[in-house]
Parts: sequence; structure tokens; C-alpha cells
Amino acid sequence: MPEYKAPQRDMMFVLNDIINVSELAELPGFEDATPDIVQGVVDEAAKIIENTIAPLNETGDREGCRFDNGMVTAPAGFKEAYQLYSESGWTGLDKSIDFGGQGLPYTLATAVSDMLCAGNDAFSLYPGLTNGACEALMEHGSQELQDTYLEKLTTGEWTGTMCLTEPQAGSDLSQVRTRAIDQNDGTYLIEGTKIFITGGEHDFVDNIIHLVLARLPDAPAGVKGISMFVVPKFMVDSDGNPGARNPVVCASIEEKMGIHGSSTCVMSFENATGYLIGNANEGLRYMFTMMNLARLMVGLQGLGVAERATQGAIEYAKERKQATAINGGETIIHHPDVRRMLMTMKALTEGCRMVAYDTAKHYDISKAHPDESVRKTANDRVELMTPICKAFATDVGCEVASLGVLVLGGAGYIRESGMEQYIRDAKIFCIYEGTNTIQALDLVGRKMKMNLPQTFIKEMINDLAAESGNDELGFIVEPMQAALNLLDKTTQWLTAAALEDPQNPAATAVEYLTMYSLVTHGHFWIKAARAALAKQDDDFYKGKLATARFFTNKILPRIYGLAPVIMAGSESVMTAEEDWL
Amino acid sequence: MKILVAVKRVVDFNVRIQVKADGSGVASDGVKMSMNPFDEIAVEEALRLKEAGKAEEVIAITIGPKASQEQLRTALAMGADRAIHVETDEDIQPLTAARILNAIIDKEEPKIVMLGKQAIDDDNNQTAQMLAALANWPQATFASQLEVDGDVANVTREVDAGLETIAVDLPAVISADLRLNEPRYVKLPDIMKAKRKPIDTFTLADLGVEAAASVKVLKTSAPATRQAGIKVETVDELVVALKERGLF
Ligand SMILES: Cc1cc2nc3c(=O)[nH]c(=O)nc-3n(C[C@H](O)[C@H](O)[C@H](O)COP(=O)(O)OP(=O)(O)OC[C@H]3O[C@@H](n4cnc5c(N)ncnc54)[C@H](O)[C@@H]3O)c2cc1C
Repeated sequence: MPEYKAPQRDMMFVLNDIINVSELAELPGFEDATPDIVQGVVDEAAKIIENTIAPLNETGDREGCRFDNGMVTAPAGFKEAYQLYSESGWTGLDKSIDFGGQGLPYTLATAVSDMLCAGNDAFSLYPGLTNGACEALMEHGSQELQDTYLEKLTTGEWTGTMCLTEPQAGSDLSQVRTRAIDQNDGTYLIEGTKIFITGGEHDFVDNIIHLVLARLPDAPAGVKGISMFVVPKFMVDSDGNPGARNPVVCASIEEKMGIHGSSTCVMSFENATGYLIGNANEGLRYMFTMMNLARLMVGLQGLGVAERATQGAIEYAKERKQATAINGGETIIHHPDVRRMLMTMKALTEGCRMVAYDTAKHYDISKAHPDESVRKTANDRVELMTPICKAFATDVGCEVASLGVLVLGGAGYIRESGMEQYIRDAKIFCIYEGTNTIQALDLVGRKMKMNLPQTFIKEMINDLAAESGNDELGFIVEPMQAALNLLDKTTQWLTAAALEDPQNPAATAVEYLTMYSLVTHGHFWIKAARAALAKQDDDFYKGKLATARFFTNKILPRIYGLAPVIMAGSESVMTAEEDWL
Repeated sequence: MKILVAVKRVVDFNVRIQVKADGSGVASDGVKMSMNPFDEIAVEEALRLKEAGKAEEVIAITIGPKASQEQLRTALAMGADRAIHVETDEDIQPLTAARILNAIIDKEEPKIVMLGKQAIDDDNNQTAQMLAALANWPQATFASQLEVDGDVANVTREVDAGLETIAVDLPAVISADLRLNEPRYVKLPDIMKAKRKPIDTFTLADLGVEAAASVKVLKTSAPATRQAGIKVETVDELVVALKERGLF
């Protein structure tokens, strides 16, 4: 398996030249996020991830998790690596200082997750799910629940899960059947079965804190009757230590296509004791608190796998000799089609990084800016970009992982190369936390109703106008002008067509999300090209400019295949009747 | 007992070095910079001595431009108590570095000065030895094991013939080799704490040292790319080939 090296220069380029991370230190509460801290965080996280977590990616895949009588053992080395990682304070990076975190911006946590996911996507889920649990408790939990759980979750001494899915309730959580009975003593008895629960059981920590969606007996049907509960694996005694075993047990674990190092559990709640979070019947809203961050996190998993596959493919292509290329080069990197694949991988991966980091910065602004209207605008951007970060970056993960295998030829298909694992790992990112279909429906549905895609199109058009006199950027500015016009037109068509027939946006949402994402990437490639133009005496920046050109000429035009597909609406999709399939 | 550890800002060992087009040096603009790996080992060893109760204070020192404070912060995050920055934009050669360190010895009176055996930028491997001469202290270079016993340091050195163990009286200059230890991973809370630890700044003038360049760099160029080899069938052919090249 190719060794993982954190792409620190690329990361710092995005942090400094694209999103201007230093502005975060001006926000109240983020005074510590000065450039030296940003650099220190990236440097030190890179070391621990490269040296201790990334090397377990392949062994974790081979060995997988083991289930025995309710207990799950993670692959060798995971427990020790997790302990080192959490004891070094990385799990608390962006968590509240009140509960033992460092209170740093989410943007920095994003940079660390970028590396953690690339280093070991399966491993990243253990701290990743804990983040969601922390967030939900922080936003909606009572003081008592916060005091009981947040510190241990922040330090990573305990981990968290999200227990939503049931056999009949996947994308449609209104079907949740797990029951909660009020004991009238501040506790509830939780009874039911959850499936596909990531990190539901494992051997790293002393306690696992499940956040569970369940239904009270008198709850209204559908999504308005779902409540959220905290269910600890071990009851927490008055000193804050794990005590009696709560009857929530792992009944089995799944055999999966990929992410073998992550345990995926059937969790059986056998009248387990739980505590209500916030108000009854408002669980779905709370769930979206953790869902949004979790979706951004899954987007980073897509970015991570793409980065790792790209590194592996470039390394191999520089070594492998096969037929002298037209330009006389001896290694396969000189064959135009191999180069096309590598450039595609590089351009898509780096584009996803720019969008992800920029969204993270908007998230920080939406939380910390003193001005309410600035917070609101930033939050709108996060809302818009969440489905894009999640769905497009994970589609990119699959595309790039697949290209990665092809670059290696037969060797890529062989396990030893490590490249086929990336394909197997990448697919789940398109599925969990809401399938990419659900993401696309969110974009053309709720987000479009809030006018968010339309607003950002206008913003991109305005930004472009500022560059129109810049000849050196003409190569990307002009194509982007045309692209934005077409996106605008397609968006207008879709809004009108939705009124005519709701099947129109439903049948074209996925293509629309792809088109929107590509144009968004273009928006960021202009920024990258502008930053790189100033420093053309350095190969790194030459590479950035060349990649911006490649993106413009070879990837952005994909939208010309998508626009007519979208504007053909749903008709031909739905004409064939069920029986004809 | 105080330990002074010298650390240097160098281009990170992972970076593919590029020579500037005008031959004036290697490109370092926007390139990832790190603490010299041997110095990191030196810091680690000093911290271990402190943790073992053999030293009270670990002071990190660097000589270099403003940005070298990043490397001091790394040393502070690893656990050094405070730091000294001798700020200069001049090219500092080993003898100047040794003079500066010697001036700091006068101020701080440490019992041990630890350094990396060499810095991976210029690979000079001179500063520790020069400092020992200037300070008139014993030296123990290329340390792969260190044990402090009262006023004596027992040092195992990696020498060409293998390992050699010597005892030096303190105060002494000790330079770290690769196998002395494996530096710790820095903890995130310690990165934050490091921000609040003090760094004293001096100029060369403050210390009465001039940046005298005894060696002048005329031109920097990349090594010639390796030519493809040839295959010979027999030992005789090999001998002929070597003779032709004046190698035998
Ligand atoms: C490895 C793994 C880990 C997981 N971890 C967790 C976890 O930690 N916690 C948890 O609660 N769940 C978890 N899940 C469950 C995961 O979130 C669900 O599998 C996912 O949300 C999809 O639900 P489903 O499997 O029921 O598919 P379905 O909802 O049955 O979807 C089947 C297909 O129908 C499509 N579809 C469904 N509804 C619509 C619609 N309204 N419009 C258009 N198309 C639609 C979907 O896009 C998909 O293509 C995990 C799953 C896996 C495989």
C-alpha cells in the first residue's frame, strides 16, 4: 500500500491563499487560531496520523473487526492508535473549552480530518461519530446531560454513536419504531433494534454513548413523533464513572464491502435506560444538528480516499515503465491518457478540498461572528454546501479511486497494491448519512425553496465580473462566464419545471447537484489560479495553474452533457412502467 | 541543572529540494519548514532528563529569522520550559552559531548543551565541536545513549568502528545521533500552552557576535542526474570497464 504523506503544502495553500484562514483569529473566541497555531496543528497532526494511524489502513482492511458473544474487537493496533490520538488531545480540537476541548475553529478540525480520513477512513469513523454525539448534546442536551457526558466524549475517553437506522427505516426515518416508555423518574426504557450502527460496539473505550431515535407511546405518527435519547452502554454513577451494564447489546456485526476496520453493528435495546434530549417529539430536528456536521465529515472521507488514491497512482506512474511514450518518456506518466487520469484525479481532489475548507470557514463564521446578519449569510452558505460537500466529494472519491486502480493496470486490481481497497472503502460514503440521492433532493428541494443555490450563483457571477479585465485569467474566466449562464438558465428551468411536475426535480436532482458542484469548483479554481499566477517561479504554483487549466478545459465542460439531461426532465425516466423493467 | 538545546529551522525532510533558477541557493519560499530532525532528538533527550529528575529546566534556543520562532514553539510544545531566539536574517555558519551559543552559555550557565549532530540542510556537523572548543568544555558527539550520573555524563557514541562509551565531566556539549531516542508526538493542548511560554529575543549585537562568513557560497546547483548503468557479462569485462573509467 502506498505510504500516506499529508499534502501539507496543498492544505496550507487552501488555508492561506484560498480561504484566508488568518481571518478566523479575528472572531471572538478564536483569538488563539493564529497562523503559528494553524501551522503547528497541521504539522503535529500530520506526524501522528502519518506514522501511527495511516499504517493501519491496510492491516485494518485485511483483518477487519471480530465479533464474539456481544463483544467486538477492532483490528490490531486500532485501540492503541486511538488512545494515542485521543490522549494527545486531537479529539477535542474544536470542542468547547468548558468540557476540556481546545475551542479551536472547525476549519482546523476539518484540516485534521482531511488527513485522518485519507490516512485511515475506517479509523476516522470512531472519533467522527463521537463528534456528532457531542454536537447534539452541546446544542440540545440539558445541563445535567452535558455535565455527565460531554467531557469524556470531548477527550475521547468515551465514544458516541448515532442510532437512527432500523430495518424498515433508512432514508425515511419517519418509520422509526424503537419505543421509549417514560418511567416518570427522569428516565425512559428504550426497546427496539437498530441496524448498521457504526462504532456501536468496540474495544477501545470504557463507555459508549448511544444517541437514539425512538418514539413515545403517544407520539404523533411520522417525523413529528420522533424523540432523541441518550443511552449509555454503562450507566454513569454519581462520580461520573461507568457503573452497571445497561441492556443495550451488540447482536452481530456486518460483513461489508469496505471500511473493514469500522464496526457496523446490529444494536438491540432491551429495555435499556435512556434520557430524553431536549423536548419530546423534536428528535428529528436535533438529529439534523449532528447530521449536518456528519455529512460534512463524510464529504471529507470522500476527499480523503481521493487524496490517497491520487498519491498512490502518481507514485506508481512515475516508476512503471511500459512502452515509450509519444514524447519519448519511459514511464507511464508520459502517456497522455495516464496523464489525463492523473490530472483528473488531482483536479477533482483539490477542488473538493477547496470547497470543504471554505464551507468549514463559513461554519465558523456562522457560529462566532458578532454580527447576526453575517452569521445568517454564512449559515446559508453552509446549508447550501452541505449536500455538495457530501455528495459530490464522495462521488469524486469513487471516481478517483476507480481511476487509481486503472492507472496501476493489473497491479491495481491486486490486493497488494492497496489501490482496490480505496474503491471498496469509497462506496459507502455515497450511501450513509443520507444517500447522495437524498443529498441531491435536499439541494433541489429545501435548499432551492430557501433560494440558496440561486443566491450563490449571483455571488459567483459578481465575483467573476471583478476578474473580467484580467487577461491572464481569461482562460478560466470566460468559460466560467458561459458555465454560470448555463447553470443559471438550468436552475430557472428546474424551478419552473418543478411547479409543473414534482417528478422533474426528483428525476434530475443528482445531475443538477453534479452540475452545480462542477461550477462551484470552477469558482474556486479561479481563486487558485489567481493566487498561483503571482508566484510562477515555483513548480508548486506552476502545477496549480496547470491544474486550473486542466479543470477548465477537461472537467468543467462535463456540464454541457448535464444541462440538456436535466432539462429533459422526468418524462423519459418515468415512461416505462414498473412491469416493463 | 539547566539544559540548553539548540534547534534549527530547515526545509522539511520530506520536501523535494529545488535549486533556485539563479543558483543562489535552494528554494524555501512557501516550502514546508521544520525543526532539524536531529535537534528534535536532542530536545526529546533533554526533556527525558528533566522528566527523570536529572534537570530542572530545558531551554530551547534557535538562531535565525523571525519565522524560526515556529521551531521554538515546537520545542516548547514538546515540553521545553522557555526559549531564546537570536534573531538574524544573515546566513549563519557553524562558527558563528557556536560563538552565539557560547555567548548564551555565559548568560544561562547550563550544565549541558544539547544539539543535533548535524542539520539536514548543510550537513556540516561542526557546531557542537566548535562550541566545545570555544567554551573549553568536553564534548560527546553522535550520542546514541546518554546517562547522567551526578556531574558526569556517560555517553555511548556511534563511531565508524561501532559503539564507544565515554564519560565526560559536566558541563559538556552533547550532540544527538539518530538512534538516541524517538521523539514524542506533541499533544494538542501543549501546542496551545506553548503559545504562552516566554521567548527571549536577542540580536547578534546584543551578544557581541558578528556574522562572519568564513565560507562563501559561489553557486548552488542540483547534482547531475545519474546515468543509466551498463551490464557486463564477466569479471574481466568489469575490470576493463572500470579501467576505462580510471576507477581501477
Ligand atoms: C457501513 C454502514 C454504516 C452505517 N452507519 C450508520 C450509523 O452509524 N447510524 C445509522 O443510523 N445508520 C447508519 N447506516 C445506515 C445508512 O445511513 C442507511 O443505510 C442509509 O441512510 C440508506 O438507508 P437504507 O439503507 O435503508 O436505504 P433505502 O432508504 O432503502 O434506499 C434505497 C435506495 O432508494 C433511494 N431512496 C430512498 N428514499 C428515496 C427518496 N425519498 N427519493 C429517492 N430515492 C430514495 C436511496 O437513495 C437508495 O438508492 C450505515 C450503513 C452502512 C452500510
